[in-house]
Amino acid sequence: MSLRDKRVSLAHGGGGKAMRDLIDEIFTGVFEPDSMEDQARLSADALRDPGARLAFTTDSFVVTPVEFPGGDIGKLAVCGTVNDLAVGGGVPRWLSAAFIIEEGTDVDLLRRIVATMKVEADKAGVRIVTGDTKVVDRGSADKVFVTTTGIGIIPPGRDIAAVHIRPGDVAIVNGVLGDHGACILGARGDLALSSALESDCAGLGHLMEAALAAAPNLRAARDCTRGGLASALNEIAEAAGVSVEIDEEALPLRDEVKGTCEILGLDPLYLANEGRLVLFVPEDEAEAALAAMRGVDTGAGAVIIGRAGDGPAGQVTMRTLFGGSRIVDMLVGEQLPRIC
Amino acid sequence: MKGQSMDGRLIRVRGQVQGVGFRPFVWGVARREGLVGHVLNDAEGVLVAVAGAPEALDRMARALAEEIPPLARVDAVEAVAWAVPDPAPTGFSIAASGAQGAETRVTPDAATCPACAAEIREAGARRAGYAFTNCTHCGPRYTILRGLPYDRGQTTMAPFEMCPECRAEYRDPGDRRFHAQPIACPACGPRLWYEEGGAEVAGDAIALAAARLTAGGIVAIKGLGGFHLACDATDAAAISLLRTRKRRPAKPLALMASAEVLARFARPTPEEYSLLAEPAAPIVLIGKGGGKGGGLPDGLAPGQGRLGWMLPYTPLHHLLMEAVDRPLVMTSGNLSGEPQVIGNDEARGKLGGFADGFVMHDRDIARRLDDSVERVTGAGPTVLRRARGRVPGTLPLPEGFDDAPQVLAMGGQMKAAICLTKNGQALLGHHLGELDEALTWAAYQQALEDYRELFDHRPDLVAVDLHPGYRATQAGEATGLPLVRVQHHHAHLAAVLGENHWPLDGGPVAGIVLDGLGLGADDTIWGGELLLGDYRGFERVGWLKPAPLAGGDAANREPWRNLMVRLDAAGLGDLADRLLPEAPRDVLRRAVAAGVNSPLSSSAGRLFDAFAAALGVAPGRMSYEGEAGMALEALAEGGGPAAPYPVALEGAEIDPAPMFRAWAEASEPPAIAAARFHETLAVAFAARARALVEAGRAEAVALSGGVLQNALLQDALIRHLAGVPVLLHHAVPANDGGLALGQALIGAARGI
Ligand SMILES: [Fe+3]
Ligand SMILES: [Mg+2]
Ligand SMILES: [Zn+2]
Ligand SMILES: [Zn+2]
Repeated sequence: MSLRDKRVSLAHGGGGKAMRDLIDEIFTGVFEPDSMEDQARLSADALRDPGARLAFTTDSFVVTPVEFPGGDIGKLAVCGTVNDLAVGGGVPRWLSAAFIIEEGTDVDLLRRIVATMKVEADKAGVRIVTGDTKVVDRGSADKVFVTTTGIGIIPPGRDIAAVHIRPGDVAIVNGVLGDHGACILGARGDLALSSALESDCAGLGHLMEAALAAAPNLRAARDCTRGGLASALNEIAEAAGVSVEIDEEALPLRDEVKGTCEILGLDPLYLANEGRLVLFVPEDEAEAALAAMRGVDTGAGAVIIGRAGDGPAGQVTMRTLFGGSRIVDMLVGEQLPRIC
Repeated sequence: MKGQSMDGRLIRVRGQVQGVGFRPFVWGVARREGLVGHVLNDAEGVLVAVAGAPEALDRMARALAEEIPPLARVDAVEAVAWAVPDPAPTGFSIAASGAQGAETRVTPDAATCPACAAEIREAGARRAGYAFTNCTHCGPRYTILRGLPYDRGQTTMAPFEMCPECRAEYRDPGDRRFHAQPIACPACGPRLWYEEGGAEVAGDAIALAAARLTAGGIVAIKGLGGFHLACDATDAAAISLLRTRKRRPAKPLALMASAEVLARFARPTPEEYSLLAEPAAPIVLIGKGGGKGGGLPDGLAPGQGRLGWMLPYTPLHHLLMEAVDRPLVMTSGNLSGEPQVIGNDEARGKLGGFADGFVMHDRDIARRLDDSVERVTGAGPTVLRRARGRVPGTLPLPEGFDDAPQVLAMGGQMKAAICLTKNGQALLGHHLGELDEALTWAAYQQALEDYRELFDHRPDLVAVDLHPGYRATQAGEATGLPLVRVQHHHAHLAAVLGENHWPLDGGPVAGIVLDGLGLGADDTIWGGELLLGDYRGFERVGWLKPAPLAGGDAANREPWRNLMVRLDAAGLGDLADRLLPEAPRDVLRRAVAAGVNSPLSSSAGRLFDAFAAALGVAPGRMSYEGEAGMALEALAEGGGPAAPYPVALEGAEIDPAPMFRAWAEASEPPAIAAARFHETLAVAFAARARALVEAGRAEAVALSGGVLQNALLQDALIRHLAGVPVLLHHAVPANDGGLALGQALIGAARGI
């Protein structure tokens, strides 16, 4: 083993032998560059299909702690970018990954992160074809930050976008909400939340393909990440120019997540997810979409939560258990108490 | 009369003088006094051109001040000489109105006047038993108004064509129905019926509804500003049925009774009685247990010291009250959290699950208005919820605001109400409710449009709360107009200054603003404040020592959270453990330590919640805003005079920790502890405010904020401020329902 150091030092970012060792030892065999050049050279065959389009997205990932029940930052970085491609109808193909590593980070931690990235990439059918590392002073980063960029292919004829949503279309989520956010709160350790919750982090490419196969007129989909289901629905309602009404009773929530939210005064609609999406299908394709989603492991908990309406454009409301209708807003900055 | 002895005067009358029978009143006086000339409505009010003997003219001037019609309010009378035309007029006439102007043209809805109330009971009279009887001195106004100007064609009376007899009354200046727009009789007016299961039941609607009610049923009744749900207020089972169906476990239910029946169950003071009997007919909070006819079921207002009563305010209510001969619960007919329903089909759809029957009629409600809620404190009447009977009344702007721009103030989030200023007047809109509720939000947007039209308003600037998450703030931002951002408690202070006509240059005032929450100028959350300032600006000179809101908004619903953090801060963590054995204390304490959803707040409301929880009168989770604070007030009312607990004064901060320690050591009866708590807050704030006045830094002390709906606390503050000028809320709510007036005045002051 050429890399004897247990911890990453500034020398590993210096561009010399130490860095080469780090890259060889940790990243080679996981990442699959096409050549030794500092660029990936990708086949454009798929674009020969008339009407095929490229999907292209990038995201940076920062999470504390970097390892948590059900995943780590590497899994987040692969799934997050894969999902960004998938919800737009792109079939994920290639990823890049760039790491900003804090001096002193445990090398074994890096190994574990990179290993999960490989597992997730294989599951999703993408190849990590290029990458980069930088090492920064202690305190300039929190262990490791990862940026991934993804390219996918959108098959000819596929057009998924919020503007296609019509009043009456049905909104479906693929499973219980808020597990990731509640899990991360618990994993911080300082709250002493005892729970068996795991992050919902998962790649959703196969789920999207299954839903599309069953519901060819699937209108649009959005992954519910930061800001939770509430933010995803607000974005989508705004872009679509429709209202959306969801039903509190229909929202899939684990009792543990509800309990955590109650104690901490958080709203599960705003909790982060990393393997959840909401999609809109025409009413007559809803049952087929549900059945198809439930046949995929990441869609086992799929349920209808509401529908698009012809109320005020961009307004998301929730029919509450008491029968009233509460406006579900976008978060404005951090959540400040409002009750006077 | 010969030209020789004839003087002419042109008299301008300003105020609420249109649509209230003012012109026929002037006409009647002129005829009585043998004067000639004419009277007309114009953009500025009423204009009287009158000629005759000087003594008669003087009597006319006196009458304009002393004999005005019941619904009129005269703000100013100005007289100049009138060059009497030649030839002089031979009589006195009511001239056609001038062009529409700037001020509001419609008055608030008014309770049935004594003459109409007597008329419906007059056997054989044309309107005997008629539920829609009204005249110039009473009846629906704003709730039936669709558009301006206010005449029958623009109201929901438009479809009812007057019969010849009504038309004759309408046209006769000597009749009390002269130009009464909603004039009606059984031959031509709206029709009342009773239905069950979606089908009309044949028979007398009042008798059928009364039978259902006295049998323990729940009946939805279409009123003036919306539907009520009614049941027999003496029937505990009916009350609990209503609470279960409406999913309203504890919030007090309002009652209606005839004056005679009310006297059997409550003992209003003379001040309370005259408030009940005003044309506005508000719900008035009256102490429980004063009646001689035995107690009413506790389920009407569990844990509270007062019941909300109102007198019948339409002929329909008079007839029904007479038929049941007992008090009825009259609570707003809505789904939990939603606004009151106003349409017949809407009522059938939404209230069908609550109500066993419906009293319906075919006059539409154009504008939804809740009942106003008011109470009488040691310092006079004060409004808690400003709606039916009070809007669209205007308030004159204080001196110095003559050149104020037109301001639109957007109000707050929870008790939303908007305010518009124009031409020296402020129009504070009606109570709307919580803006996260979708239908309330729609009503808010409708109100923005309605009041703009009503006031012919073209805002130069928009005033909003500092809180970026208030929907009202966001709506203000969306107008694209120049914005003035106003700190929440500064707005409360300006509201109380404004309603007391405090001049723009009246000098700084010490504002004791005891409130729930409002975003502070320093981005922390305020709510127990001593401010020194005026309309233009303020300085924060004192506050309750902040404590974390453990769980953010959850701390606003669950009083025990506030108790835990206050006890922890006082070094009484063990006591918190004993008092709150079931609570998830450990997780919450860690969340507070880690800063997870635990912003600091100096809220006085949350201190009330904490103390109410300490004394065991707070529910685990409140089912309505202010529940714990009101229970603490009710408890303290039995505690008698009390000595304050100690507090620590550290710089500008008032630390209640010593109070909790002293309470923990004393082990007194809860009623005494509750009384001492009120005294503690009053002394702590009054002493500091008084010092500002005595040092010449403040001209007066003003009291505002939602916590000052607590009359006991207000009385204690006044007591400790004896000798110092004190400004209080009367016509404008101390709670967030008055916020928009303060925002508007601050906006105007900055815009001048
Ligand atoms: Fe307030
Ligand atoms: Mg992205
Ligand atoms: Zn009348
Ligand atoms: Zn008639």
